[in-house]
Amino acid sequence: MNPPLPHLELSQVSIEFPTPKGPFRALRDINLKIAKGEFLSLIGHSGCGKSTVLNIIAGLYQPTEGVVLLNDREVREPGPERAVVFQNHSLLPWLNVYENVKLAVDQVFRDKPSSWKKEWIEHNLKLVHMDHARHKYPAEISGGMKQRVGIARALAMQPEVLLMDEPFGALDALTRAHLQDSLMEIQETLKNTVIMITHDVDEAVLLSDRIVMMTNGPEATIGEILPINLPRPRNRLTLSKDPTYAALRAHVLDFLYAKQARRIEEGVLA
Amino acid sequence: MRNDMVPFRLPPLRSLLAPLTGLTLFLAVWQGVASQIDTTLGKFPGPVETWQQFTNLIEEYQQEKIREQKFYERQRIRNEKKLQENPNAEIVWREYRGMPTFFDKIRRSLITVASGFLLGSLIAIPVGLLIGISKTAYSAINPIIQVLKPISPIAWLPLVTIVVSAVYVSESPLFDKAYLTSMFVVMLCSLWPTIINTAAGVGSVTRDMQNVSRVLRLSPLTHLRKIVLPCTIPSMFTGLRISLGIAWMVLIAAEMLAQNPGLGKFVWDEFQNGSSQSLARIMVAVVTIGIIGFLLDRLMLLAQRWVSWDKTATLR
Repeated sequence: MNPPLPHLELSQVSIEFPTPKGPFRALRDINLKIAKGEFLSLIGHSGCGKSTVLNIIAGLYQPTEGVVLLNDREVREPGPERAVVFQNHSLLPWLNVYENVKLAVDQVFRDKPSSWKKEWIEHNLKLVHMDHARHKYPAEISGGMKQRVGIARALAMQPEVLLMDEPFGALDALTRAHLQDSLMEIQETLKNTVIMITHDVDEAVLLSDRIVMMTNGPEATIGEILPINLPRPRNRLTLSKDPTYAALRAHVLDFLYAKQARRIEEGVLA
Repeated sequence: MRNDMVPFRLPPLRSLLAPLTGLTLFLAVWQGVASQIDTTLGKFPGPVETWQQFTNLIEEYQQEKIREQKFYERQRIRNEKKLQENPNAEIVWREYRGMPTFFDKIRRSLITVASGFLLGSLIAIPVGLLIGISKTAYSAINPIIQVLKPISPIAWLPLVTIVVSAVYVSESPLFDKAYLTSMFVVMLCSLWPTIINTAAGVGSVTRDMQNVSRVLRLSPLTHLRKIVLPCTIPSMFTGLRISLGIAWMVLIAAEMLAQNPGLGKFVWDEFQNGSSQSLARIMVAVVTIGIIGFLLDRLMLLAQRWVSWDKTATLR
């Protein structure tokens, strides 16, 4: 059987940042092939360059070496086909929920009639269960709700790849579980390619098709890729008693806390 | 309008008590101190004398209005007569040129400050946006601003006067030179706070907002319109409010020197006049200047609240 042509490919990606003490090599030799519709998690300790990988795929950073290919075309700049859900939602505080999504829709679907756009915005707000709060301003809603709107805004761009930078990191455990379920549901219907950064081992195992584990920086790279062959739809309650789940979880924990244990005395690169 | 706006309500009596007590005490101290000061023009005016002069000024205004009406009435009758004698007679309508009253002078001051402030803001907002967006523009313009900013606008006045006289030469001038001089001085001093605060507002556009804009591939113009401007507006209005406050203060001094017939000239003329009423009349002008300044600030505060999207910020 021929492997399918990769949808998104990172090939020999390295990046250096200029610092007063000379160039700082944050990432080296990142090679990754991602299939269409795949859900990929990036996990690693703080400062290992997970966000940098995501920003390179988003086009917000340019790799010093190597190339990112989406459908065989080089990624050179940011674009709505690689929508980003930012860590701290980054909604515009002067626009209400509806208008925040509208900003994206107006930009991506310029030629569509406004009635279509209105329906599309409402559809996406419904997907994340936020249609009831469309007139609220970001300051008036909770962190979890803001993150939902951030996801709706990204989904409304109808991206080929959805990039999520620790989308649930700042949320409490209950809200996080709720949003993870929503995300799985959405992923089930839309079949987007998703790349998500996370700190949370359970989240990674629960949501992903593969987990990409990164070594510590500087010169961070991919340490190991773990396929998660759990059947979908997944349920967190049944999985918690599943031995495969437990084994996978243990594997990731082992990588993070035995193989890549942070040596505190080396200092933490934030 | 957003739903968190509270309809206007009269403050309860209790909250009025403190300000009223303060005001009464102030008036008492004023009266007390004033009666102790003897000047060449008699006693320093207390609140009572000031109030009397205020009513006098209203009376003078009403009399002037009556004179004006009579003037036009006489003119009308004269012209009608002329037409009766000869239907083809050339009719001349003359404008009444009486002495500007106190209230005409208030109007003149308000027009001068408004036009100078508007002109200044029209320059300051784009400059502020420019140096906020472009680091190069910032390093090019910022040193100049820092040097120009502390200059008292009055220091410019002689230069502005000379330049206006030299440049603004017209057979039938639309504006008189005193007005232009005062207006330009007001403009000069209302530039800096708006420029600096606008630039600071642009600086408050976070990296995340910029990234949102980049992911959406907003054009530079759309980015300016949808991200930078709304983000900057609260800070911009803070600058505008400070600018208007300074503009109003400077205007009075500028009018004294440039002889623009506004409140400043009123004060100056009364000072030169030196009658027994002059001090009280100056006091009326001083209090008026304060009240108008206060009202202008309130107006800007309302505008600031209206445009500010950050409803959690307390603006006072």
